[in-house]
Amino acid sequence: MDVIALSVTDLAVAAALVLALGGVAWLERLAVSRALLLAALRMVIQLALVGLVLEAVFALAHWYWVVLIGVGMLLIAAREVHARQRRPLAGGWGYGIGAGAMFVASFATAALALLVLVRPEPWYRAQYAIPLLGMLLGNTMNGVALGLERLTEGAWRQRAAIEARLMLGEPWQAAIAPLRRESVRSGMIPVINAMAAAGVVSLPGMMTGQILAGSPPGEAVRYQILIFLLITVGTGTGTLLANRLVARRLFDERGRLRLERLSGAG
Amino acid sequence: MALQAEGMQAGPVTVDDLRVEHGECVALTGPSGAGKTRLLRALADLDPFAGRLALDGVACEAMSGPDWRARVMYVPAESAWWADRVDEHFPPGTAGDGFELLGLDPGVMAWPVARLSSGERQRLALLRAAVRGPLMLLLDEPTANLDPANARRTEDWLAGLRERGCGLLWVSHDGEQVMRVASRGYTIAAGGRLTETAWT
Repeated sequence: MDVIALSVTDLAVAAALVLALGGVAWLERLAVSRALLLAALRMVIQLALVGLVLEAVFALAHWYWVVLIGVGMLLIAAREVHARQRRPLAGGWGYGIGAGAMFVASFATAALALLVLVRPEPWYRAQYAIPLLGMLLGNTMNGVALGLERLTEGAWRQRAAIEARLMLGEPWQAAIAPLRRESVRSGMIPVINAMAAAGVVSLPGMMTGQILAGSPPGEAVRYQILIFLLITVGTGTGTLLANRLVARRLFDERGRLRLERLSGAG
Repeated sequence: MALQAEGMQAGPVTVDDLRVEHGECVALTGPSGAGKTRLLRALADLDPFAGRLALDGVACEAMSGPDWRARVMYVPAESAWWADRVDEHFPPGTAGDGFELLGLDPGVMAWPVARLSSGERQRLALLRAAVRGPLMLLLDEPTANLDPANARRTEDWLAGLRERGCGLLWVSHDGEQVMRVASRGYTIAAGGRLTETAWT
């Protein structure tokens, strides 16, 4: 079975709808139109470029090209995590912790999947490695970004409540514990929701794609289940790790809250 | 033996020598913005500072931050509450005559924090600090939100803590209160230097 090809007109119709949405939001003075249109434009350009890159990499089939692209994706994801926080840790800490947590979570999970579970030949085969890493990294990035935004912004807003516990002699771990729980929760909620809705409310994108491309649904389902479980492990690990490291950095060796370590905090 | 600070720099405030003995109430006065709160925060090791700080001869850095803050406890002018119910802010099983002495409703522990008036918050913030057994209390305008009757009650209750050996460093803008509760005092003079006030 062949996939029905999409014409440029088909894409233009969908793009016109997004433009109309942006127009309505602008008329309603909801300051989201600009971000919406920019993101849509970025998405189109990025995907068009990545199509070209993937064709080239599939043709070259060297492991170092796959690793290079993986590292590039990681650095861009770390930049996104940093940019989505209103008050990230200053001085390279925010960027570094985000990148480190996502590296450990996504790359370790991807390596496990490629070397132990799916086992393509060779293990770095770009058709498997890059989409897999992309899905892991994309979801981990969302979890880490949501979790850290909640943690850093929360520490900023709840300064008085956190310090009230420090003043009473409680250790920093206790003072930040409720905020850490909230932060990990908000980082994990998208994945939990996606799993809860999978198959009953939504058909996951990868499975849909495989079915459209002609795979038997049973095969597509097994892949999707594996991907969901790996995404959960990756997102959870990345969110927990980033949360732990940033929470530690918010306090000094005397257990004092040091909000001046957040950028834009004076 | 006492709380001692020597050659200390806490923000704009320079402390050559500050002592608060156990069972003593010392006033801290000075114009708004002079750095009184900044000094109390440094004495409680909540903000970084330079210089020597010790309690009963043991240096601040010789114990952990939480251990120091459990002994030298700061109670700010505006209290913050991190949980929904009042009793969640107290150690489990807290009881005692503090509620009655401070004129608080006997059922206040079961109340949501949102129901408290500003005066109730202030007295409960003092109580939740005192029940943890600090050796020194650093009080930032502890009666600022209280009517005269409750302010007197709070002064009497704090005098009871002092008689049981707790040292008090008390920031107040009320000159009559200072004379009533304290036996000596410090003020932050121009240039940020802490000086002992003449006591009459």
